[in-house]
Amino acid sequence: MNVHDPGPPGDSGLTVRDLAVSYGPVTALRGISLEVPRGSVVTVLGGNGAGKSTLLRAISGTLRFHRGGITAGEIGFGRARLSGAATSAVVAHGVVQVPEGRKIFARMTVEENLRAGALGARDRRSASESRERVLTLFPVLAERARQRAGLLSGGEQQMLAIGRALMARPKLLLLDEPTLGLAPMMAARIADTVREINAQGTTVLLVEQNAALALSLASHAYVLEVGEVVLSGPAAELAESDEVRRRYLGIGDDRDEAPLAGAAPARPALSRWSA
Amino acid sequence: MITFIELLVNGISIGAVYALIALGFVVIFKATEVVNFAHASLLLVGGFIIAKTHESVGFWPALLLGLAGAAVLGALIEFLVIRRANVVNHSVLAIVTIGVDIVLTTELTRQIGTEVLALGDPWGSQVLHLGAVNIPLARIAALLAASAVIAAFLLAFKYTNWGVAMRATAEDAETAALMGVRRGRVSMGAWAVAGALAALAALFMCIFPTPGLDRTVTATAMKAFPAAILGGLDSTTGALAGGLIIGVTESLVSGYQGELVFLGRGLGDVAPFLVMIIVLLIRPAGLFGTRELARV
Ligand SMILES: Nc1ncnc2c1ncn2[C@@H]1O[C@H](COP(=O)(O)OP(=O)(O)O)[C@@H](O)[C@H]1O
Ligand SMILES: [Mg+2]
Repeated sequence: MNVHDPGPPGDSGLTVRDLAVSYGPVTALRGISLEVPRGSVVTVLGGNGAGKSTLLRAISGTLRFHRGGITAGEIGFGRARLSGAATSAVVAHGVVQVPEGRKIFARMTVEENLRAGALGARDRRSASESRERVLTLFPVLAERARQRAGLLSGGEQQMLAIGRALMARPKLLLLDEPTLGLAPMMAARIADTVREINAQGTTVLLVEQNAALALSLASHAYVLEVGEVVLSGPAAELAESDEVRRRYLGIGDDRDEAPLAGAAPARPALSRWSA
Repeated sequence: MITFIELLVNGISIGAVYALIALGFVVIFKATEVVNFAHASLLLVGGFIIAKTHESVGFWPALLLGLAGAAVLGALIEFLVIRRANVVNHSVLAIVTIGVDIVLTTELTRQIGTEVLALGDPWGSQVLHLGAVNIPLARIAALLAASAVIAAFLLAFKYTNWGVAMRATAEDAETAALMGVRRGRVSMGAWAVAGALAALAALFMCIFPTPGLDRTVTATAMKAFPAAILGGLDSTTGALAGGLIIGVTESLVSGYQGELVFLGRGLGDVAPFLVMIIVLLIRPAGLFGTRELARV
């Protein structure tokens, strides 16, 4: 498999080098390396328990909430070192995560959730500008501004979670399984939004189990299995590779059991690999 | 009827003061999940500072010093004790606050000794006459000041960045951190605010008809515990409702003690706890709370 060619020097993307993470005695990541060049969409694929969320927690500095920690390796973003930094510092560097399961503040209103998203923004004056951008992207959030966020549908909650993260004006957006539990139509909408956000200049690291959808969005992909990168390469090449097609796209050996689906951008939401 | 109105106003007034204490208690619980048993000693410190400084600097500056002193002490407890105590179990932290309380209360009661310290408030023992109804000016001041401060607090909680950060952290600390919220700052702020609220409560607990600040004030402050718990330990609305319920109950029961003598003496002091127990039997999470206290 192709080894990803790191971007030109000085390219201020995300660099993860030999990262190892443990939760007490449980080792979740065993020395993984990856690059997310500036302006790109990169995806990390893998089944349940592969270590995808752990990777994002390590980047955001929230492992301590799970009694985990980085045991080796480095995470850098541009010239900044993220490994060892406080979560607030990571956000201040422009690296913002949309956590798995949306994690909206259910007891607060939609508007207040967006406001919470701007709390760590580097520039508070731009909050109204960010809000406008978010509401243009997700008009439904404007309609429901005064509702309790807990009353939104799953898809709307995901939009709110993404919108809330955008309030901090991220340079790099980390998305943890944004289509989890969503109907195919809604998943396709989220995918379109991710494309749009990227087109507006935000770099995206997308963690997914929905391989077909993720490969249709990303330029580069990594496949994670039990805490190790087992495959990586340009997304289009991975989508064509026999192993990925068989194991993650449900095409090939077990063609009969899994729904047929292509990784072509035209039909991104048709297949969903699940563990 | 006139007695009833007087008792009711007095009850609401003392209830608003309990609400100040309960609110601080709730804010600390929401921000840090710690049940703060050192709350009464924060109150004692605030009152003590006012009592010791009002003669030299005047009442209003002394009040400011008391508020600031208790706020700083609250922040220090958070910074030096709660944050350092590297334990994940919040019950253990609650026990740590009992230790802090014992240290502070022992030292201050030693300093106060058997004295009753005046706080130098401008209202003294003046009484406002409204027709046949007589209400001490101090109680009216307490009611107005507590209401204003509570209103300001609730508005801040609802509309300021501080309030949004507090509520986000209370709801989901990890996700709030992902928004760039610094948990340390949020919890330190909560302890400081709680300290200032307690100091204000101290003032209104130690002026007319109470003769002044003495060593028993912490026992009186303990009545705000049932206020916070019966309202729901994680609910600011609950703190208000709880404070008022306890205040009014206590006032009415004490006032009609004569008619209730068959129930025994000192019922006014016991009533708050009885009300709390009854409410908790019916609603274990308190009137407005979402979390039961089982783990504390
Ligand atoms: N809080 C935790 N404590 C202990 N082990 C954990 C914790 N969270 C995740 N793990 C373990 O780490 C591994 C990777 O989990 P995770 O990163 O959540 O995977 P994914 O997001 O790919 O499903 C799994 O083996 C999981 O059991
Ligand atoms: Mg996960």
